[in-house]
Parts: sequence; C-alpha cells; structure tokens
Amino acid sequence: MGIFDYAPAPESRAIVDIKPSYELFIGGEFVPATGGAFKSVNPATGEALAEIGEASAQDVDRAVAAARRAYEEVWSRMPGTERAKYLFRIARIIQERARELAVLESIDNGKPIRETRDVDVPLVAAHFFHYAGWADKLEFAGYGPNPRALGVAAQVIPWNFPLLMLAWKIAPALACGNTVVLKPAETTPLTALLFAEICRQADLPAGVVNIVTGAGETGAALVAHPGVDKVAFTGSTAVGRQIARTVAGSDKKLTLELGGKAANIVFDDAPIDQAVEGIIDSIFFNQGQVCCAGSRLLVQESIQDELLDALRRRMGTLRLGDPLDKNTDIGAINSAEQLARITELTAAGEAEGAERWSPPCELPVNGFWFAPTIFTNVSATHRIAREEIFGPVLSVLTFRTPDEAIAKANNTPYGLSAGVWTEKGSRILSMAKRLRAGVVWANTFNKFDPTSPFGGYKESGYGREGGLHGLEAYLDV
Amino acid sequence: MSEKTTAKKTAKKAPAAAPEAAASVTAPVGPEAASPASPVRLDVRKTYKLYIGGAFPRSESGRSYQVTAPDGTFLANAALASRKDARDAVGKARGAFSGWSGATAYLRGQILYRIAEMLEGRRAQFAAEVRSVEGLSEAKAAAEVDAAIDRWVWYAGWTDKIGQIRSAANPVAGPFWNVSSPEPTGVVALFAPERPALLGLVSVLAPAIAAGNTAVLVAPDSAALPAVTLAEVLATSDLPGGVVNILTGSPAELGKPLAEHMDVDALDLAGIADAGFATSLEQMAAENLKRVLRPSSAPADWTQAPGTARLTAFLETKTVWHPVGA
Repeated sequence: MGIFDYAPAPESRAIVDIKPSYELFIGGEFVPATGGAFKSVNPATGEALAEIGEASAQDVDRAVAAARRAYEEVWSRMPGTERAKYLFRIARIIQERARELAVLESIDNGKPIRETRDVDVPLVAAHFFHYAGWADKLEFAGYGPNPRALGVAAQVIPWNFPLLMLAWKIAPALACGNTVVLKPAETTPLTALLFAEICRQADLPAGVVNIVTGAGETGAALVAHPGVDKVAFTGSTAVGRQIARTVAGSDKKLTLELGGKAANIVFDDAPIDQAVEGIIDSIFFNQGQVCCAGSRLLVQESIQDELLDALRRRMGTLRLGDPLDKNTDIGAINSAEQLARITELTAAGEAEGAERWSPPCELPVNGFWFAPTIFTNVSATHRIAREEIFGPVLSVLTFRTPDEAIAKANNTPYGLSAGVWTEKGSRILSMAKRLRAGVVWANTFNKFDPTSPFGGYKESGYGREGGLHGLEAYLDV
Repeated sequence: MSEKTTAKKTAKKAPAAAPEAAASVTAPVGPEAASPASPVRLDVRKTYKLYIGGAFPRSESGRSYQVTAPDGTFLANAALASRKDARDAVGKARGAFSGWSGATAYLRGQILYRIAEMLEGRRAQFAAEVRSVEGLSEAKAAAEVDAAIDRWVWYAGWTDKIGQIRSAANPVAGPFWNVSSPEPTGVVALFAPERPALLGLVSVLAPAIAAGNTAVLVAPDSAALPAVTLAEVLATSDLPGGVVNILTGSPAELGKPLAEHMDVDALDLAGIADAGFATSLEQMAAENLKRVLRPSSAPADWTQAPGTARLTAFLETKTVWHPVGA
C-alpha cells in the first residue's frame, strides 16, 4: 500500500437486520404471498440475502381491495391537515432511521454507501417532507378550488433508486389523498419492506400503503387491475409502452418515467476541471444505472484531446469495490442480467469500430462488476450511441458548432435530460431552449430535488414528478 | 363527380347571357338557374380540397365523397384524404414546428386573434355552411359561429399567459437557479367531433396551436365543409403554412396512419365516438409514447367554457438547473 492509498473503511452492517424471509404488506399487516418466493441477492457478492414472497394475481387483488377500503373509509375522508401530519411523521422516521436505510439499500442494490447515505436517503426524507406540506394546500396549487384525489394508485418502480423511487411515487400520491399499492423491483425489495415497517411505526392507517413484491407478472397484474384508478411507472421504455397499451381505453390516469440517452455537451469555453467532474457524475453516479445519465458526451472538437486526457486521468482515481466502503465511488452492477446487457452492448461497441478504454481496475471475483469505460470514435449510428446501456459506459462524440450539437443531442427517440457546459450565458439559454428534454442541467449534472419537476419528452415518457407539477399526476384534473 | 361536370358544361354555355346574370347576386340556386335562357346568374361553387402545408391540394388519391345535408340533399364533393395525404400533412406539420414553437407568444396571440377577425368577416358564409351541414335554424347556426369566433379570441389571449401559470421557480435545497416552464409537445393529430361542425373543429384546433404545437386536423364527414372554409381563413391570417393541416374524410381510415406515425407526438381523440376504435388508436399510439387525450365518456358540451385542459394537454415541462455562484 502506497502512502496515498486508502485503508478499507467499511460501514457497519450491524445496524440492519435482514430476515430470512419476507411477506407482503397488505392492509397494514405482513401476510404470506401465494405466488411462491424468489431470492433477493447481494450484487456485491452474489449471495442470497432473503426469500421474498411473490405476489400472485389474487394477492394483488387483495392489496387493491385493501387500498380501496382504506381510500373509501379513511384516507379520502381525512382532512388534508391530518394527512399532512402522517407524511411529516414518515419523513421524520426516515431521518431517524436514515443510516439503517442507507446500509440496507447499499446491500440490496450494490450502490456505494456514499451515495445512499448522502443522496438517496436524504432525498427520500426531503420528498416526504415536501409533499407532506402540500396535503392541506392543494386548493392553492392552481388546479382549481377543490382538486380531488383519483383513488387507488398502482405504482411500479425500478431497482436503480429503490427507496427514492418509492418516495417519488408514494409521497405525492398520499398527499393528494390517494391510497397506493406499490410493487418494488424484484432485485431490490428490501428497503420497500422496511418502509412498510416505517408506515406501521407512523401508525399510518391500514391499507393506505400496500407493498406487493414480485417480478413482471405481479406488476402486469397490478397495472391491469380494474380496481385501480391511476398507474405510475418508472422503468424501461419497452415496459412503459406495454403498460400504455394495457391501460388504453380505460379511465386510468397514466404517468411514465422511462429510458434516456442524454447528451452532455461540452463547449470549448467550459472550465475543463468542472466539466470533467460533471462528466464523472453524469455517467458514473450509481454505476451509470440512471435513466437520466449523460451517456453521450458531445465534446467540441477543438478541446477533445485536452478534455479526454483529463477525463481519463480522473477515471483512474475512481475506486471500485465494496459498496459499504465509505471510499467507494463505483459499486456493483445490480444484477447478473443487467451486467450481461452492459457486456453485450459494449461488445457491440467494439465490434462496430468504436475504441474502448477503461482505467486499470481490478474487479472483485464474486458479484456483478463492470469497470468504468469510455468509447471514442463513436458514430451516431453505433448501438452504443443509440441504445440505453444503463451502466458505467460513456460514448464520446464530437461537434463543431452549436447547431451540430443540438442536432446530435436531439437525434434520439428519448428526451429525458441533457447537460450543457459553457461559460457563455446566452449560449446556455439558447441550448436549454433548443434541447428537447425534460431536464437540462447547465454547468452541473444529476441534481435532484423534491421541488424540481422531473420527467421526459418523447419516448422518455410523460407526466412530471416533483414539486407543484408532480401533484397533477395524482389529482383528478 | 357528375354534379361538377354538369356545372362546368352549363357554365360554358352561359357567356351569352353573362352581363345580366352577373348583375343578379340574389338568384336562387337550382335547376332554373342552370337554364341558359334565364336572366338569373348561375352561382360559382367552391371546390372543397385539403389544406396541407399552406396549399390546397386535392387528395393525392384522386378520391372524393359526397357531403349531404341531414335531409340527404347533396351539398358538395369533398376530398377524401388518404394515408399518403396524412403522411404529407405530418411532414408539413413537422417542418413548421420549429418556426411556430419558436415564435414569440405575442406573435402567436396576434395571429390567433387575426383568425378570429377573418372568421368574423365571413360570419354569414360560415353560418350558411353550418346551417346546411347540421340542419340548424338560422339562429342556432349563427350562435355556433359566434361561439367559434369567441373561442379563437379566448385562446388568442392565452398564448402569452399559459407559460406563466404553468411555470415555476423551484426553491431547491442548494445553490442552484432552477426554473420549470412549459413547451409545446410537437406535432399533434386532432380528430375533431363531427358536431358541432365548426365549433368542434375550433375547440380542438385552437388550444393545440395556441400552445405552440403544429397540427394535423381530421375533419370528419360533413364537417369537411366548414373545415375547408376555416382553412381559407387560416390561409389569410398570417398563420405560417404547415402549422395547421386539414384532412377531410374518414377518421376510420385516417386514424391508423396518424396513430402509428412515429413523427406524430400526440393524439386528440375527441371525435372518435366508437370506444373500441379509440382504444385501438390509443394502443397504436403507445409505440412512440404519444400523449393521448381520450374522448370523454359522456357526450361533450362544446359550448361550455373550455378552461385550460386542452391547452395544457399538449405541453411538456422543461426544468433547467444552473449553479449559483460568483
């Protein structure tokens, strides 16, 4: 070990108590699933963490019935002031149990503790705190004098930000007076089940929040259930499309937050060091398993060499390994399946003629890992420039003029996010206007806040989550 | 077609009696008018064509269909738009999107107001058309036209306000400037209801373009007549060509190509009365995640104040972040 190497600094796992098996959370009780069981795996080791109940169509039906009952009998009749207090209470308990949630999230998902501790969990608490305050102020939100809840919301969330996506879904739904049935991703159910315990600690009325675990079939049964008034989904565009077909012709209100292939555009006047940090955040945050990741770097031709040299140097300092180590920058890929997809797409990148580079990086033997990678000599037609990789893989393209940058950036069916790096204010504003994306980060990237609406253009989905705009998804307006 | 041919032939025979005939503008339309011996002038009929990219082409398919009054009286032959016409219209709408969405809200408002002015100037013509197409009383037809004009005025005033009421400066917990504001969705395919013929068209079209979208408007069956006259109003209101494209004919035929078109960003199914068909169009629209405004399950009352729902239906929200610092 050299003098500037880091000693291991693992966060203690003692704070979490992972049970051998978990049941469904329906009507305020943990009840056995009737659809069988599956295992949740620690992606950093490949070892099974717990047996998780798989919700059958009948279980989904029970959960929807419990949510309906809670809606009719309790939640829709409760004054907003009281709903607000429940949500504030939940926000507080999340803060109190923040470290436990962070550690459990890192174990189940594989993301570094630095992120779960400093980003995911604080944002989860903030999201509940923000929407808590909306519960008794809905008539001031601009949707008319008496905006009404929709009823029962079916919510299906992904594995990349398990608890944060839960918060994005449950907090506004409850604030607006809906009850929910939420299905966490099959590879990351543990924090959602711990959240169920938090609901019990908060004395949230039974059935207001129901959690059904399972895979695609469970989710399909949930969104297709006739007793559901609202469907909210975050995940792949392919599944989003399927859900849109399923709810077509019904009265269900639908919001979708889907895939992305964001351009991160760096102009020749950008401060190189800040831009490099921004690029690192844009594609290596959460191992690049982020729908709004800046997976296409568009660099102005005149600074390509300088920028890429600096980027490669910085990538050489990234520390990959144990997600629970406080010095870890890059954790594990969430599943063997996701690792296979990243591996397949990067192989296609090489086969199509792009040039691959990763810093020297030793990967752990067990678990699912992928070294931070960049591709240069990428053409707009390559699969790695068009398809969402959802991994720590950056495709580098170049441009000469702002017009060319816009044309390349918008040349995708996606439209979730984009980044711009330049010191010129008028150029930032003109680029921000012309980029067809729901979120534009200028001289920053991957920032999130409960007051800031998030969501896509085009095939990245529709509807917004966060802030005032996020209420619309859960109100009958 | 035979009707048109006859009219042409008769017109050719007319010149001898022309000076006197031209002087009479109140002549009744009918068999007597066609007699070369009559001093009464033969009216000049309008050819109802499509409106695509600011031009008035016939359907590329060469097809037309008869528009009749509720009592079956022949009114006109309208162009029966084809799938190819629909694709042409989408192309023109896409081409016009950058300019129209990039125009100032003030300019868009003035153009929409100009449309109201032009429509007002042709009130009598629209009233007659609506009356014959819908079989309405003179008073009811006039009321519908007035409501349609007023709807343009309502939306003209919204162009520079919708952005403000849908925008927000977001108080994020950090040193960032963070603003959300609405932007138009893109190319919207609008299926207008057949009744009320004019007010229905205007009620779906005006909000879509007021918000900065460009449109392909399908005017069903007999709504073709006021639709094409509306196109003439649009063509003389400084509205750039391609911002609105009007296809007359059958929603049953045009629904699929528009719902499946990958360069259409949104659908308004207001005029699709068949629930099963509306569902299948919504399913097709899922292929590229089009925004879909479903038809209302209860019969819509288009005379009611429209609110902002149709205006916001085809808006996206863009949020921009920038660090705050020295």
